[in-house]
Amino acid sequence: MSRYVPNGEDQHRKMLKTIGADGFEDLLQPIPEKYRLQEPLDLPPPVSEMELLEEYRRLAGRNTGHGAVCFAGGGAYDHLVPAVVDHVLLRSEFYTAYTPYQAEASQGTLQSIFEYQTMVARLTGMEVANASMYDGASAAAEAALMAMRITRRNRVLVAGSLNPAWLEVMRTYLARGGFELNEVPFDEDGRLDLKAAAKMRGDDTAAMVVQYPNYFGTVEGIQPMADLMHEGKALLVVAADPVSMGMLRPPGDMGADVVVGEGQSLGLPLSYGGPYCGFMAGLRKHIRKMPGRIVGRTEDRAGGTGYVMTLQTREQHIRREKATSNICTNQALAALANAAYLALAGETGLRRVAELCFHKSHYLFDRMVELPGVEPVFDLPFFGEFLVRLPVPAEELRNALLDQGYLAGVPLVEMDEGALLVAVTEKRTKEEMDGLVDAVRGYIEEAVE
Amino acid sequence: MSGTIFDHSRPGREGLSLPELDVPRTDPAEALGGELLRKDGMGLPEVTESQLMRHYVNISIKNYNIDRGLYPLGSCTMKYNPKLHENLARLPGLSELHPLLPDGQVQGTLQIMYELSDLLCRITGFDACSLQPAAGAQGELTGLLLIRSCLESRGEDHRNQVLMPDSAHGTNPASCSLAGFEVVSVESDQHGMVDVDDLRSKLGDRTAGLMLTNPNTLGIFESKVEEINGLVHDAGGLVYMDGANMNALLGIALPGAMGFDVCHLNLHKTFSTPHGGGGPGSGPVVCNSLLEPFLPQPRVVKNEDGSYGLSRGGSQPVGRLLAFHGNVGVMYKAYAYVLSLGTRGLEEVSRNAILNANYLKARLTEAFDLPFDSGPCMHEFVVSGSRQKKEHGVRTLDMAKRLLDYGYHAPTVYFPLIVSEAMMVEPTETESLESLDGFADALLSIAREAEEKPHLVTDAPVNTPVLRLDEVRAIKELCVTEPPSEAGKAND
Repeated sequence: MSRYVPNGEDQHRKMLKTIGADGFEDLLQPIPEKYRLQEPLDLPPPVSEMELLEEYRRLAGRNTGHGAVCFAGGGAYDHLVPAVVDHVLLRSEFYTAYTPYQAEASQGTLQSIFEYQTMVARLTGMEVANASMYDGASAAAEAALMAMRITRRNRVLVAGSLNPAWLEVMRTYLARGGFELNEVPFDEDGRLDLKAAAKMRGDDTAAMVVQYPNYFGTVEGIQPMADLMHEGKALLVVAADPVSMGMLRPPGDMGADVVVGEGQSLGLPLSYGGPYCGFMAGLRKHIRKMPGRIVGRTEDRAGGTGYVMTLQTREQHIRREKATSNICTNQALAALANAAYLALAGETGLRRVAELCFHKSHYLFDRMVELPGVEPVFDLPFFGEFLVRLPVPAEELRNALLDQGYLAGVPLVEMDEGALLVAVTEKRTKEEMDGLVDAVRGYIEEAVE
Repeated sequence: MSGTIFDHSRPGREGLSLPELDVPRTDPAEALGGELLRKDGMGLPEVTESQLMRHYVNISIKNYNIDRGLYPLGSCTMKYNPKLHENLARLPGLSELHPLLPDGQVQGTLQIMYELSDLLCRITGFDACSLQPAAGAQGELTGLLLIRSCLESRGEDHRNQVLMPDSAHGTNPASCSLAGFEVVSVESDQHGMVDVDDLRSKLGDRTAGLMLTNPNTLGIFESKVEEINGLVHDAGGLVYMDGANMNALLGIALPGAMGFDVCHLNLHKTFSTPHGGGGPGSGPVVCNSLLEPFLPQPRVVKNEDGSYGLSRGGSQPVGRLLAFHGNVGVMYKAYAYVLSLGTRGLEEVSRNAILNANYLKARLTEAFDLPFDSGPCMHEFVVSGSRQKKEHGVRTLDMAKRLLDYGYHAPTVYFPLIVSEAMMVEPTETESLESLDGFADALLSIAREAEEKPHLVTDAPVNTPVLRLDEVRAIKELCVTEPPSEAGKAND
């Protein structure tokens, strides 16, 4: 008997008697004999708790990149995960609960989602938000689909300065439904080419999807993009970085119709890319076209306040093939981490995190571009991530610096052999940044010789 | 009521501990331009860490959860979530890894992903695996896109219909739409299985494939699965298995040997990772060699020198589903589960899941109708509350709510759609005989109440943190965010 299976022979005998079966094999009678496994599964022998822990420690030790001072971003950021966030997640009441189908027995989850929706809407400057999506990329894809439902049009424009992995996900989601996706180029400054966008916009354009700050870290005003879309009765979907919202003007303030983004920065560990949490906020008038779970406040029979999943007729379990999405649940526990992080940071804390990222990244940028042969790729404002061109292949530099304990950034080889995308979070110290600069200088000097 | 987090907010309170700025300041207005700076507050709450923790503990205790008691939700597989696995996934060497680190720096994690893929193939009898899908529904989408790509590669783009039984999970038709397919529903026969004649009549040169849950959502093993899959293949289609019910088959039968081409698994069901109140899950896709070339990239591969890496390319991949490599944190836990149970342990899981379900079914038939009685059930079964509705005016919904008063979670209700007043019960293997008896006693007692004091049932629940909630009002007066406070912060 394994430690997770409480019934043994005594219980089995009793149960079989109640069932009226002679033995367990009777219960397998519906499975035709030919499908029954004749040989046991070929799996490694079971291990004890102690051995498993040992094995996992050994495997963790093989992740030599762990502990490198992280200047990599590109959609995942090394922000502080406050201890209390994980303590909230580790409440059995939250992490071992099912999706809140029985509202009266799920008020904890439902209320936490309601508060999450509120904070996401406020952060992005929008009116409503849903209960979360799988990640930022799939949220962006779902937002494009939503825009097509709202406008009944089948083409979306996507900024070429959107994270390329997100663009790939959008292509996967859109490719099969008779939809079209066109990439809008960026100009030599890394700014969205508005003129090109204007030319590409047509009567069949449902929306344009842009990133703010964009993949290269650049912050551009989105009001002109919103105006351009609205002139053509199309929508603007903005993929926003949530931490930057502590300082930057929110997209909802500049004409965005849908705002999505990646919530990993808000209390979730990097965990090699997941689980993360996509957020989606929008306008009240579009809420019936939104995908995913939405929690609403209501009253119980005695007039007390309570929360339920609402507008469920949009969803797959009711609408089946006509649902707004195939998504079944949300990313509840990750959304809880986001909510706990946002509430803990609060008004002052999130602004301070944003400011630390801003000041530190500018310090590092200034020091990097002083190095011989290092130059900014674009001459535009940035928030916490920037793109530099190195006089050496960026990938080789990144690999070499790992030996010195630095993950220097994300090489963007498709763009330029020397292009390195560098992110700075509140966790990076002056000492670490100075160390990185010295290491980059050393590498360049050696390479040039 | 303990109020919302916003009720605890007072100006000036701080919960986050941050270091002082250690570099010179840059003027934001100069660097970014004033137009791009936030002018108003955000409207986030201001609380201390202690208040935050207390708030969440106070609302958390309003949740039912598997650590508190039995969770008989059919097709959801609410089994115990081993605590050790939570610790393992949180080892810093595993959890603090940037997803864009070079392969050589993440060998431990890549090994886990590679080995887990291999184990899932062995457990299901398939040839290849993608761990990328974030959940079952995304796994379905992936599987359907594989089918689509395969048909396109054969020049059969005109095949645009996917068949599925009328007992299918709602995600099946929704995923079909997203993948650009038209849904064709196939009727169930009097045994609750696919009506083979109806299936045959709906197959044709537009058939792209069939989606089949096996055991199906009635907890019945589709005993004609070979004939069904053969018919679909003969018609030129491919067969997808919804693996939501894989908890019935571990070590007992291999879907890959039944003629299925592709299947998704729910690590958060069969492989014991927590449901988290509705995610994050993980929905790996396993398939045969025919569909392997179309699996999403990147995939984890083992190099000749024994190291692990991420492959790019493949011949015709369907494209990414997520920005990175899937819900790796969930995979860590599922891998630990398979390692700790091994061959015998996994077999024991399914055997006990089946036995527990049949035992509960035997006890409940005393008071409830069985819509289909085709012999033993697998890991779950469906009973109907139509007798109680017809004779006493007590609906299944009422009995579900009354179960909450007895301290149990309710079964899945009103699903599958083909059974009126359905209650779908899946106890899982981690419940003891005593706990099964407790649940059966409660439901039988409710059946007696329905007969003798129906108002007790129709008024339920009364012992929960809130009474029955007004869902109509929630829609009419739609309130999905906390209104701005009177102090008038942002967002008014």
